[in-house]
Amino acid sequence: MIQLDLSHLPAAFDVLHVGLAALSALLLLLSLLSLTVAVRALRRRKEADANAVPPSKPLVAATPAPQPPAPPPVEKPAPVILREATPDAALQLLGLLQSEARFLDFVSENVAGYSDADIGAAARVVHEGCRKVLRAHFELEPVRSEPEGKRLTLPAGFDAAAVRLTGNIVGSAPFNGTLVHRGWRAAKVNLPKPAEGHDARILAAAEVEL
Amino acid sequence: MSESRYAVGIDLGTTNSVLACVDLSRADRDAVPLEILGIPQLTSPGAVEDKTQLPSFLYQAHPAELAEGDTALPWDSHPAAIVGELARVLGSKTPIRLVASAKSWLCHSGVDCRAAILPAQSPEEVARISPLQASIRYLEHLRDAWNHQHPDAPLEAQPLTLTVPASFDPAARELTVEAARAAGLSHAVLLEEPQAALYGWIQKSGNWRDEARVGDIILVVDVGGGTSDLSLMAVTEEDGNLVLNRVAVGDHILLGGDNMDLALAYTVRARLEQEGKRLEPWQIQALTHSCRDAKEMLLTDPNATEAAVVIPSRGSSLIGGTLRASLTRDDVNRILLDGFFPEVGAGDRPAAQTRAGLTTLGLPYAQDARITCHLAAFLSRQINAVGELGIALPQGARFLHPSAVLLNGGVFKAEPLAERLMAVLNRWLRDDGAEEARLLQGADLDLAVARGAAYYGFVRQGHGVRIRGGTAAAYYVGVESAMPAVPGFAPPLEALCIAPFGMEEGTQAPLPPYEFGLVLGEPVRFRFFASTVRRDDAVGRRLDYWPEGELEELDEIEVTLAGGQHAAGEVVPVQLAAAVTETGTLQLQAVSTATGERWNVEFEARAG
Repeated sequence: MIQLDLSHLPAAFDVLHVGLAALSALLLLLSLLSLTVAVRALRRRKEADANAVPPSKPLVAATPAPQPPAPPPVEKPAPVILREATPDAALQLLGLLQSEARFLDFVSENVAGYSDADIGAAARVVHEGCRKVLRAHFELEPVRSEPEGKRLTLPAGFDAAAVRLTGNIVGSAPFNGTLVHRGWRAAKVNLPKPAEGHDARILAAAEVEL
Repeated sequence: MSESRYAVGIDLGTTNSVLACVDLSRADRDAVPLEILGIPQLTSPGAVEDKTQLPSFLYQAHPAELAEGDTALPWDSHPAAIVGELARVLGSKTPIRLVASAKSWLCHSGVDCRAAILPAQSPEEVARISPLQASIRYLEHLRDAWNHQHPDAPLEAQPLTLTVPASFDPAARELTVEAARAAGLSHAVLLEEPQAALYGWIQKSGNWRDEARVGDIILVVDVGGGTSDLSLMAVTEEDGNLVLNRVAVGDHILLGGDNMDLALAYTVRARLEQEGKRLEPWQIQALTHSCRDAKEMLLTDPNATEAAVVIPSRGSSLIGGTLRASLTRDDVNRILLDGFFPEVGAGDRPAAQTRAGLTTLGLPYAQDARITCHLAAFLSRQINAVGELGIALPQGARFLHPSAVLLNGGVFKAEPLAERLMAVLNRWLRDDGAEEARLLQGADLDLAVARGAAYYGFVRQGHGVRIRGGTAAAYYVGVESAMPAVPGFAPPLEALCIAPFGMEEGTQAPLPPYEFGLVLGEPVRFRFFASTVRRDDAVGRRLDYWPEGELEELDEIEVTLAGGQHAAGEVVPVQLAAAVTETGTLQLQAVSTATGERWNVEFEARAG
């Protein structure tokens, strides 16, 4: 039914590979960005909670008989937090990816007019550089140490943020399933410390040779 | 110093510096907790990052070059110059403002290291600094980095060890100490890098006594980024304890890992040029980086036959402007193995180094890149190095037989290079009917010197084994022999020994029975020689003849007799006294035989 033309496979695979590399790098970047935002949000929420709890309690005690189905005001601070998240760390990471891996140059360029060999040569720069940035600034580890494809059991109270259930989700824990992807966790983040007043929006300075 | 809590070691390298420390309050016989410090440094404009290595580069930015506040460090909002990673990065595109390899200049005869001469090829407008000043800046950065992290234990109050190449001459050692003094670290002591590497190995292995045997001769081969250093240590026994003796050091060879990357880059460049692609100077830099990555890939993966080398474009069009070439396993074997570690015989010698003239602008890089040849020359020159320790060589030995080898330097992370070196050495040993040497395992190739330097601070407090050394050379001054003048010929020169081989730190040599009449107020120069092979010359020994190569001439030394109770123009009879300071530097003084007055003799008559 499906005819595989083996003679065309390598070339097709090359483009695909390069595209996938770029896509995965982009996705990785996005997930890292969301991670930093999430960490910030968490931190802020803790602060917000710490600040918010003392005044709200006496308020509840003072009003003797309010309407019982009053929605709990706990969810409210969340959107405020997201708006306040500063983009500095994200911009910094983009800057690092650009300087080490020419990431912005590569992704912004239209690949249609180039041969696979040209794209491949450039992809090496991007791939090598991205690895360098990751190695230098993050300590990544898999969320689950079991080999992929192995059956495992998730006990009650497992961390739903670290393990995502998919497929036939019914019944109650413990859940038995197959590990499809081991996941990634940033065990350590070690980004450069920006100087006061440094303009993080300049991801790469324009270069003028004299 | 009651507040000293750490023993700190600084590996002040030609291309990278490393800072390590031992927490003395937690160190004991069994465990010596050792830490390599992250050194905060600028990695891009306006970003500070901790890195274990501080690149020994200094960049003097143009006032308009960087935005206000972009050079700020945690401890200094406006540093006078940029040091470290950012200096290296900026300098790769603007070399006229970059100071590199300052350390190699310290041991360069024919230049005045206190004179502002670097960057050597910069236009008038760029402020130049002296090699000494550059070293001071690196030390200041390391000091501030330490003090920033240890506000309650300032570096000025901690025992501090600085490493220098074993092949540094007395003048270069003196300059290193002077740089430390200028950075407020006058209490620093010096340690030779190969010794530091051995200390580092001892600290790391923990049970070195099981791996070393009495009668062992350990060869330390330290190939750094810019220099190669050779030393021999002998293991002896005293009262049932193993004792380590540093018995010989090699010549100063300006040859290292950077040369290897350059050699690969030039090969690829030649290939690209054959294809009609001309490279601009800035591309060579990128090419060298790319070649280093490719080399590491080929040397660590035995199955790889080819690695791609790419030079990214400078403009934003990455795909269109990127040049691609490849480096094959054959290239690496031919250029690195056969170029730097060729299978030479034990009798081969490096091509003679032409002596640098006084007007040389550049560094006197080694002209023969064959490290195995330098090794052969070293081992055969030092054939008598262990005789006095009672270690006998077999009849007919052509060179000193090491029984163990300790490698140091990131170059040897590539196993094929280490294997080749061992194979060549072991072939020489077999040909001489000797046992093969074994490779000491577990060395930390990048950081052993800094580790060893920190550990040495602990050892100096009376713990663990201490390597005995003393000076690795005997020193001589040139005196004109009392002979009738022959027209057209300079009077023949005799060498008067003033400091014997193996002087320990904190000792004085006896006064030589020879007086010089020096005129008060006038600078007087002496020719100055060193010998790493004449072990038995006592102070006062006068040589009117020595075999070729036994004495090496160093820069002239100079003394000016000033002050005192004498009148200007008076001739004062003096003797030359030599001492080795606690710090580890050689000190020469002119001592008046009549009054006992002393004047320091300077090693700094370099400018000629």
